[in-house]
Amino acid sequence: MASRKPVRWHIAVFLAPAVLVYTALMIVPLFGTLNLSLFNEAGDVRVFVGLANFATLFGDPRWSEQFWNALGNNAWFFLIHMLVQNPVGIALAAILSTPRLRMAAFYRTAIFIPTILSFVIVGFVWKLILSPIWGIAPGMLDFIGLESLFAPWLGREEYALTTLALISVWQFIGIPMMLIYAALLSIPDEVLEAAEMDGITGWSQFWKIKLPLILPAIGIISILTFVGNFNAFDLIYVAQGALAGPDFSTDILGTFLYRTFFGFQLQLGDPYMGSAIAGAMFGIILLGVCVYLFGIQTRLRRYQF
Amino acid sequence: MSARMSPARTIAAHAALITYTLIALFPVFVIVINSFKSRKAIFADPLALPVPGNFDLIGYQTVMKQGDFFAYFQNSMIVTVASLFFVLLFGAMAAFALSEYRFRGNTLMGLYLALGIMIPIRLGTVAILQMMVASGLVNTLTALILVYTAQGLPLAVFILSEFMRNVSDDLKNAGRIDGLSEYAIFFTLVLPLVRPAMATVAVFTMIPIWNDLWFPLILAPAEEVKTITLGSQVFIGQFVTNWNAVLAALSLAIVPVLVMYLIFSRQLIRGITAGAVK
Repeated sequence: MASRKPVRWHIAVFLAPAVLVYTALMIVPLFGTLNLSLFNEAGDVRVFVGLANFATLFGDPRWSEQFWNALGNNAWFFLIHMLVQNPVGIALAAILSTPRLRMAAFYRTAIFIPTILSFVIVGFVWKLILSPIWGIAPGMLDFIGLESLFAPWLGREEYALTTLALISVWQFIGIPMMLIYAALLSIPDEVLEAAEMDGITGWSQFWKIKLPLILPAIGIISILTFVGNFNAFDLIYVAQGALAGPDFSTDILGTFLYRTFFGFQLQLGDPYMGSAIAGAMFGIILLGVCVYLFGIQTRLRRYQF
Repeated sequence: MSARMSPARTIAAHAALITYTLIALFPVFVIVINSFKSRKAIFADPLALPVPGNFDLIGYQTVMKQGDFFAYFQNSMIVTVASLFFVLLFGAMAAFALSEYRFRGNTLMGLYLALGIMIPIRLGTVAILQMMVASGLVNTLTALILVYTAQGLPLAVFILSEFMRNVSDDLKNAGRIDGLSEYAIFFTLVLPLVRPAMATVAVFTMIPIWNDLWFPLILAPAEEVKTITLGSQVFIGQFVTNWNAVLAALSLAIVPVLVMYLIFSRQLIRGITAGAVK
């Protein structure tokens, strides 16, 4: 090859910076972490222990109880997002995309604003609103005569996780809305006109024509939600602290990883078990991505206009 | 175009959107109005607007006196702008190489770079921290810039290469006939044409960087390199009883990212439509 064609150095020059930074700071550390999860410390030396850390994580009651708790909470966190965030996001996008809707740009911009806020702000303001002491929420419920419904949602074990998941939904709903909105806009007018000729309008048009056409976008959103949720940390950390209270009821894999790796209060940080948790998270995310790529994406029919 | 909607349906659509807009903006509204009120007024009536009777700038004064806040601000700015610059430059270069040239391993390279869209960089934190300790980069802004550049690149390459495929070949070939080098074609012909896509990438890259708490907490927790997100988290802890100051600090922290978003938001839909979801 090289003797026939001159080496095209510019390709290498164009690729090199991105590939180098990406490899050095993303791929190498990822494998470094996975590798570290196979080691542990005996005395002061690092010894290879194979999958023993994972056996501890999944089986030893001191660890497994917390791990399965975090995993279960994480699954619930994800389920709430799928049941609330994505349907509401799709509904908002569908309404926004109605032709000749006035102020559509304003609504779109406003609904996306929570997404650009930092977790610190989101966590703090919702703690304020839901606080039983300062409480805007009790006052507002009182106003509509439902004060008896109020409970300190973030402080009660049975509600805290669901409340946080809904706060996260509130924050991120802009993403499904934007992506679905863009997908709806890219449906050609001719398709919709043809549907109208056949008398398919309004709701049935949405269900029969638009929804099948935006299914690939819904698939992308689902996998992005999955990856984002199983990697979440910040909201729980700012709202409930690294201990994910009350009594670990809001603990998810991200906070569990943070506590294990860095330690908290009396427990010392443990990089090996921390790596094992990161390894487990990697496995879960990889599984989800594979299910999406091979199980869902290949079955979705894509329409080319 | 399709037939006009009936007035009833238009009203229903607006009602639904206004309701959700109120839900979306209400918490921000609560922070901002209360940051301009006196302490007593915040507790007495949290939903009252700041009027001459309860207007008070004490919160902002406290934040201003706390000189650190501007340093945090500056740190966040440096980190965000530098990371954004490298993501856009390196990302565009790689996207150009992938979309413009046919070479062995092209598809494989594209997949390799796209892997990072799905696999979060946080999972490598343990090894990243060890690496930063070994190279003495802990508690420097450089560490954050490097990590965020790596974090932003996959999506940038993916979106930008989708766009660059649409740049006309005739234009580039005309440039080649005129004797432009490949580098000149990239910088003077292609880059200006993909500006809308760059804006989309900029928004998607900038927001998570500006708001990130994880890496500042782990890689750069020292006072002189704190970002504003970490700074306000610590600030809330220290001033937990000084609500005026906390609310003022949070209001200030919203401003820069909001301004950037409003500048870029018109490009956002155009960018998404042509890129990611296709």
